[in-house]
Amino acid sequence: MKYVLEFDQVWKKFKKGEKVNSLRDAIPHFFSRQDKSVSLQTEEFWAVKDISFYIKKGEVVGIMGPNGAGKSTVLKLLSKIIVPNKGSMLINGRLSALIEVTAGFHPELTGRENVYLNATILGMRKKEIDEKFDEIVDFSGVKEFIDTPVKRYSSGMYSRLGFSVAAHMRPDILLIDEVLSVGDISFQAKCAQKIRELLSSGATIVLVSHQLDMIQSLCKRVILLQNGEVIKDGPTGEVIPHYQNIIYKKREDEIKHKIKNIDSRVGVDTRALVDIVHVDLKKTFGLGEQINITIEYLAREKISHPIFSMDVLRADGVLCYSSRTDKLGIKTSSIQGKGIISIDLGKNMLAPGVYMVKFSVWDREMIHPYIIHNKEVIRVETEALNNLSDVVFIPEIKWTI
Amino acid sequence: MIQMLKEIIEYRDLTMMLTFRDLRVRYKQAAMGFLWAIFMPIVAICSGILIKKAMAVVSQQPLDTQGILSISVKVLPWTFFISSIRFSVQALVGNSSLVTKIYFPRAVLVLSSILACLFDFGVAMAVLIVLLTIFNIGVSLYLLWLPLFLVLLLLYTFGLGLLLSAANLFYRDIKYVVEIILMFGIFFTPVFYTAESFGRWKAIMLLNPLGSILEEIDKVVVLHQMPDILWVAYAVLTSLLVFIIGMIVFHASEPYFAENI
Repeated sequence: MKYVLEFDQVWKKFKKGEKVNSLRDAIPHFFSRQDKSVSLQTEEFWAVKDISFYIKKGEVVGIMGPNGAGKSTVLKLLSKIIVPNKGSMLINGRLSALIEVTAGFHPELTGRENVYLNATILGMRKKEIDEKFDEIVDFSGVKEFIDTPVKRYSSGMYSRLGFSVAAHMRPDILLIDEVLSVGDISFQAKCAQKIRELLSSGATIVLVSHQLDMIQSLCKRVILLQNGEVIKDGPTGEVIPHYQNIIYKKREDEIKHKIKNIDSRVGVDTRALVDIVHVDLKKTFGLGEQINITIEYLAREKISHPIFSMDVLRADGVLCYSSRTDKLGIKTSSIQGKGIISIDLGKNMLAPGVYMVKFSVWDREMIHPYIIHNKEVIRVETEALNNLSDVVFIPEIKWTI
Repeated sequence: MIQMLKEIIEYRDLTMMLTFRDLRVRYKQAAMGFLWAIFMPIVAICSGILIKKAMAVVSQQPLDTQGILSISVKVLPWTFFISSIRFSVQALVGNSSLVTKIYFPRAVLVLSSILACLFDFGVAMAVLIVLLTIFNIGVSLYLLWLPLFLVLLLLYTFGLGLLLSAANLFYRDIKYVVEIILMFGIFFTPVFYTAESFGRWKAIMLLNPLGSILEEIDKVVVLHQMPDILWVAYAVLTSLLVFIIGMIVFHASEPYFAENI
């Protein structure tokens, strides 16, 4: 089988920090190196580590990964803008990149001139542009202003025209980097249509995006990158859950970090009447998994008829559910000293994501909290692809029609 | 290098488009339009005449038309050279959004900025030809040498432009150094005077291939003399050398442009 794109153990490093990019700095730098090995070496890091993948003709491959995973570096390597430090790559066919569609625009030139200029930069021949010119202009919807300098365009018109030019290329291989979020809904629909046309024409497409639904609807295969390495490469349905888990893990870490920061800033309120000594709660759950919480508390004084309350919030602050002992009609007697509370939350129906569990102890009128414990973070992981991206719950639903 | 040339030829559409862009932008913004192309030569010629006049007064000789025509003929390639260098030094850095986003042979950027200057050169040359006809300078068979000198000028300019544009990308203050050299370069090049007037120091003035090219152009166009074969050979060698070095250095450093810009 012949591959159109081959990426063979490719490594690429970048420098961190300020570079020497003027003679004024370079000359002293040159001399100082001779008298002693002053370690002025800029720090380097690998943006892409030993990445290999092979893409066949006509495949549509998504590249995903959290920020800083090396996605853009891979695209830049593919489009030959930068070269790898190690490893080899092979490209068979005419390649076009939709990386920055308005990069070739010049503000002083009119829309018409810019269409020609940009199309040429992207690799079209003059004759091709002549043929497609009307189509391009119609697609962009800026026909009225085509002879106006683009500096007078609104930013939307600007990028729509840029995208239209790029969308009318007929490359063998097309690289797309997050450019489809241009224009209003109807324009985006046109874009998606255009991509489908390209698909049916047998073009090979490499797509970088964070939009799950787009990746799902277009790609059959996804390559997942993290920290410059390929951590998963396979069918979309298998890889996307991995991606989501990485994102949730990241969000969980962020929240934990935040909680920690708040904690250290406020200082521990040691004189609270009630202390939460220990919370026994698993950190990650799957769908349908039993959730149990066991809380050990220490009441320093006698508290009569306290109310225990528990809230579960999603990472973005949505209150998912909440439970209070008084509402449930549970009569609590007075507490003092150590004690244990267990809560059975039943089978988990929360959709994959990151959640916070808030636990608090109140006086009997629910006016004054003795303690609000807000440090527990749980994460629900996915094994399978769920198409509903922003739901809170995934209960078992049965339909009868 | 062959491969690089091939690629440049393959992207000729782009070269033309970029040249056209540079010209459109330049002529659109300046209300003077095509006067732009002859503005700098006129200023240079005027200052040349002034200097010539001063020299004539000192040496107590009359100011001859031929001297003035020589200056005019030499000023045009000179202004072409310095504006080409000025634009090509900035050719990569000024198009950084293209360099970091889209692949194409970067030499096209340098070439197109030189071609845009060549267009100005052509316009100014047309005006000059009219002037020369009015002054009835006459033609001779030696004029057949002119195309060779123009090609040499182009090769030398392109080679130097490639070198300096790449250098300026890695060391951003190169452009200030170049600017200063260009500003005073006219005094080190036989434009307002002839190399002959330096007697035995003549060779120093001609070491810069630009100097020898200008002198030979003057000889075949105004003086109707046979060019000095030795210096022509020297100019051919050095221009070719600069061109080849420029191509090789540019090609070798090209992969690192995007991440260093």
